[in-house]
Amino acid sequence: VLVNVICSPPQNYPLYIRSIPTENELKFHYTVHTSLDVVDEKISAMGKALVDQRELYLGLLYPTEDYKVYGYVTNSKVKFVMVVDSSNTALRDNEIRSMFRKLHNSYTDIMCNPFYNPGDRIHSRAFDNTVNSMMMQVC
Amino acid sequence: ITEICGAKRVGYFGPAQFYIALKLIAAAQSGFPVRIESIKNELPLPRFMALKNDSEVRYGTPAELHGTKFQAPHANLEKNSYKRTDEGDKQEPKSPPMSPICSPPASPSTYQRIPLSYGYGKSRSGLEQQHGAPYEVRHSTHQQDGPSSGNYGAKPALSSSTLNRSLSVEREQPESSAHYSDDPWRITEEQRDYYINQFRSLQPDLNSFISGSVAKNFFTKSKLPIPELSHIWELSDVDCDGALTLPEFCAAFHLVVARKNGYQLPETLPETLLPDYLQAASLKPIRDCMLYDSYSEPLPGSQQTRDFSRTEKASAEEVPDNSALLQDAKKGQEEKQALKVSTALKTIPKEFQHLTVKTAAQESNALKSRPRSRSYSSTSIEDAMKKGEEPPTPPPRPQKSHSRASSLDLNKIFQQNTQAVRSGWLPPPPPALPPRPSVSQTEQVSEVELHPQMNRPPSQAEENTSAKKEVVLAQPPSKPARRKLRTETQGLETPELSPTINVTSSLPAVKSHLPVPKQSSKQKRAIQTAIRKNKEANAVLARLNSELQQQLKEVHKERIALETQLEQLRPVTVL
Repeated sequence: VLVNVICSPPQNYPLYIRSIPTENELKFHYTVHTSLDVVDEKISAMGKALVDQRELYLGLLYPTEDYKVYGYVTNSKVKFVMVVDSSNTALRDNEIRSMFRKLHNSYTDIMCNPFYNPGDRIHSRAFDNTVNSMMMQVC
Repeated sequence: ITEICGAKRVGYFGPAQFYIALKLIAAAQSGFPVRIESIKNELPLPRFMALKNDSEVRYGTPAELHGTKFQAPHANLEKNSYKRTDEGDKQEPKSPPMSPICSPPASPSTYQRIPLSYGYGKSRSGLEQQHGAPYEVRHSTHQQDGPSSGNYGAKPALSSSTLNRSLSVEREQPESSAHYSDDPWRITEEQRDYYINQFRSLQPDLNSFISGSVAKNFFTKSKLPIPELSHIWELSDVDCDGALTLPEFCAAFHLVVARKNGYQLPETLPETLLPDYLQAASLKPIRDCMLYDSYSEPLPGSQQTRDFSRTEKASAEEVPDNSALLQDAKKGQEEKQALKVSTALKTIPKEFQHLTVKTAAQESNALKSRPRSRSYSSTSIEDAMKKGEEPPTPPPRPQKSHSRASSLDLNKIFQQNTQAVRSGWLPPPPPALPPRPSVSQTEQVSEVELHPQMNRPPSQAEENTSAKKEVVLAQPPSKPARRKLRTETQGLETPELSPTINVTSSLPAVKSHLPVPKQSSKQKRAIQTAIRKNKEANAVLARLNSELQQQLKEVHKERIALETQLEQLRPVTVL
């Protein structure tokens, strides 16, 4: 189980959502939404160091579900949120960080495209491919 | 041969064995004894029975190393395909570093290097020809692009310059049947020049790049939807720096052109559009002349096959249509003629209708107009003309459902046909003109004898309106150059929309390849008027034919009636 969401300020609406498997998507959406508050909290707490990778753990979410929610914020306050299954213990912190880095790179590439307006939903096929490959790796 | 080349000993055909075997085959076909030494002779290419298209010509003969001219067998060889089985072979020789074409071989031990260098020399041609192979095959040729493009800089310094010349010389002949022209993702010379000019208009320094915003404005003018433009950018901006260098710009422009013509955008950038490939290509003038393929040919070829089928159907439909209409009419001559007039008028306005619809729609959305025009007959000429106009101008659109894969198959069928037509285009037009009008005039004279004058004026009036439309469409407001040229081709196509019964005769005129628009425009117009007259005459003859058949039927009926009467009367007299 892996869910990827990118949210952009200021309203934090999602630019891109992808989840595998595709059922229970609504639940994941809600999860992500709630975790955004935690992310904002951490941003405001950080002060200087903005580009940071944080981890949100089980404690925030439904106690009955086993999900880990990871967050990542770029310099421009674009938030990446990833939800993974806790039963997937093979995923370690380093891997999560590298995945976020890849996401960030892909996102930068999208930004370079002059036809992309910041704030639009992301339809780039290259980005989709990156995300797909990442998800295939995990699942 | 198998034994000599060592395959029997080794147990398989490795690249060296394969090359030696081919050389021996060439030797045997040329009458030389089959021995190792015969390989050293300069041999023509071995002749193989025609397999499929898309040659692996580079492996045709390793004997062509030393600047020997390629001969006619080369054209035969192009029909061969060693395709998949050779892919692996090709990979191996390509991966070792390409040595420049060197001095003649001293011993068989150098044979491996020779085929490699030969293959390299041929690889440029082979590349193009390979790229004619199906799209899937192209991926395997990608690796060869790398080393071959990397060696281009070293080319001039070599004694292989003679080979270059010979390659370029022979390339121009089989150019038409060159299979890499199947590749819609290959940029022709004219296209490249056009793109470079456009680049210059945006950014005078060819070595610098176009910024993202400038490029965005430019490509937005093409009126493609933004997501597609975004995807095109994604494909072409390989280094993702938000700016387009010249090769990136060419690739992007080419993708826009292809998209406007209905080709689906690929998921990944084709090798022929990679910046490295385009960069290397731009460096080599000789190679450029090899790049001179007929991009328009596969497209017109594909168009023509479909169009032929359509026009055949159309003409078949039209004739029964006319005759049915005529049969429904009463037996009077005037009624028949009135009906003929009406049918003639009906067919012509119908075509003009959807023509105007089409041309209007083309300005806004090419793809929408396509399906509409497909349902009508006689779109063949326009399509063929459009394709013929392709190289300097982004060509008008083929069918929307016309995917690349299907176009490749159809292209091969028509390459020679179209090329022959194209090559014959530029010289003959002036001499071809006089015969046609005279022929049509004689036909018209005969027509006048049979039909009242009223038939002709209506059709001519239609033709006049079409001519006017052509003029109007040929003078669009100043827009980006490609847009203007496109409408011009549209305007040129409007007169072609009369019922097309003999498509082929008009094809040579239609295949007007436009390297320089101004020169041939007069010729084109003249030819088009001739075509129009021809078609008019054809239509008239068709009507005449149907009318005569109707008369024949009536006469038959009268005869039968008379005979029955006679039969009835006879018994009376006998009795």
